[in-house]
Amino acid sequence: MAQYMFLLFDSEEWYDNLTRDEWQQAMKLHGEFAAAVEKAGARILGGEALERSSTASTVKNREGAEPLVTDGPFIETREALGGYYVIEARDLDQALELAKLCPSGNIEVRPVMPTSEDAAPPA
Amino acid sequence: MVSEAVEVARVVDRAHRESWSTVLSSVVRLTRDLDLAEDCTQDAFVQALRTWPDGIPDNPAGWLTTVARRLALDRLRRETNLRRKLPLLVEQPDDAEQPTDPLRLVFTCCHPALARESQVALTLRLICGLTTREVAAVLLIGEATAAARITRAKKKIAAAGIPYRIPADHELPARMDVVLTVVHLVYTAGYVATGVELTRTDLTGRAIELARMLERLMPDEAEPLALLGLLLMTEARGDARVSADGELVLLADQDRSRWDVKLLAEGVSRATAALQRGNGRFALQAAVAGLHVTAPSWEKTDWGQVVRMYDAMMVSWPTPIVALNRVAARSLVPGADLEAVLVELDALSKEPALATYAYLPATRADVLTRLDRPGQAAEAYEQAIHLTANETERRFLTTRLTNLNR
Repeated sequence: MAQYMFLLFDSEEWYDNLTRDEWQQAMKLHGEFAAAVEKAGARILGGEALERSSTASTVKNREGAEPLVTDGPFIETREALGGYYVIEARDLDQALELAKLCPSGNIEVRPVMPTSEDAAPPA
Repeated sequence: MVSEAVEVARVVDRAHRESWSTVLSSVVRLTRDLDLAEDCTQDAFVQALRTWPDGIPDNPAGWLTTVARRLALDRLRRETNLRRKLPLLVEQPDDAEQPTDPLRLVFTCCHPALARESQVALTLRLICGLTTREVAAVLLIGEATAAARITRAKKKIAAAGIPYRIPADHELPARMDVVLTVVHLVYTAGYVATGVELTRTDLTGRAIELARMLERLMPDEAEPLALLGLLLMTEARGDARVSADGELVLLADQDRSRWDVKLLAEGVSRATAALQRGNGRFALQAAVAGLHVTAPSWEKTDWGQVVRMYDAMMVSWPTPIVALNRVAARSLVPGADLEAVLVELDALSKEPALATYAYLPATRADVLTRLDRPGQAAEAYEQAIHLTANETERRFLTTRLTNLNR
């Protein structure tokens, strides 16, 4: 088994005129996703939805200078990072199959680097 | 003694050509580590050079597989002791050879999570056993670029957990296209090789072998059948493509009696069967090849039908190269409007994808010659000569240039 982070990128305009029903419908889809992950024999190790990117602050640690705090996300994108999952799956094929079921427009699938004490340094 | 060493070197060389991917993929199944598997496979060939002078084994591939897997196991045990990191030993170590091993490795190399350019480089390296320098030469890229592509792809396979397996039946249709495309690219790379040799039969042979495996894996699919048919028909013309003194002979001038009748029949029957099942892009390409090989001569080829096949291809696969082939076919329909063809060719010359493609100026040169504009034709020939990376092709184009009635 290996761990993958699913980074969910979507347009944030969706939040603008969001009704209670629409919100609950979206939460229901995430519930269905969680069930599908379990059913596939994989596991959700963690995950959260994130507040809008306009609420983000970025700290830039600079060599030989004071850290710089700026307003906004590190990278401004039209479709912004809006949530994440950490999922344990058999291999990339299973992770990608699960990402296809994830209720989001764009899902970046990143392998999690093993950092336990006996792990080899990354190649 | 010297002749014996030469004999051994020859046998090892042949084993390398024929069995590299079989040995390597068997070790990969054991180690799940491409770099380690490659090292051990390489070492097994080195051992063969050293020990085979005492006697060449009856089954060279089996010998190499056994040795490479033993080397890998030794290394894994040592590393396990050192780092206490258990490798993913999912198979029994004595389970040495499985006929589908190379195919598994192909699906790993052609995984959709890898960039196309990496898929091709990795396939040439791991399946065809090319050195990084050879990969670079075949793909017309620098050696550093080739090395970077291969390293990056291998790292991604390891870090992202790209599996080493043949996809399940329900996944195959989605995974098939990439593999077919890469196998076709490997064949093409071998067919018009760079440098002095016109073809690299190790690459074309390996591509056909893979196409046969894919056909067996997906017997109900049209496209693997079509690809195999296409490759066989191309292969059947192989000998007639080069004259006795090593010069390139165009399809138009080829002695059709020199074509391999048996391969042709095999190819045509597959192309026909594939077309009955669908008209994917390989089915259509196979149809074009079929129209060529079943025609009594170049002039009597059904060019109108060829153009129609390219028209269909332009719907599902509108690439500049397909567009160029379509225009080239159009120029050969009896009574073609060559001026209109020239306009289309000139439009295509603005395509960045064709900017370094020698066939475009070569086709223009041919049309300009037929329009009796030798000055412009000469310019186009010079351009094509400048662009081709193949010596034989260059000599051919140069002859055409010198024969112009200026």
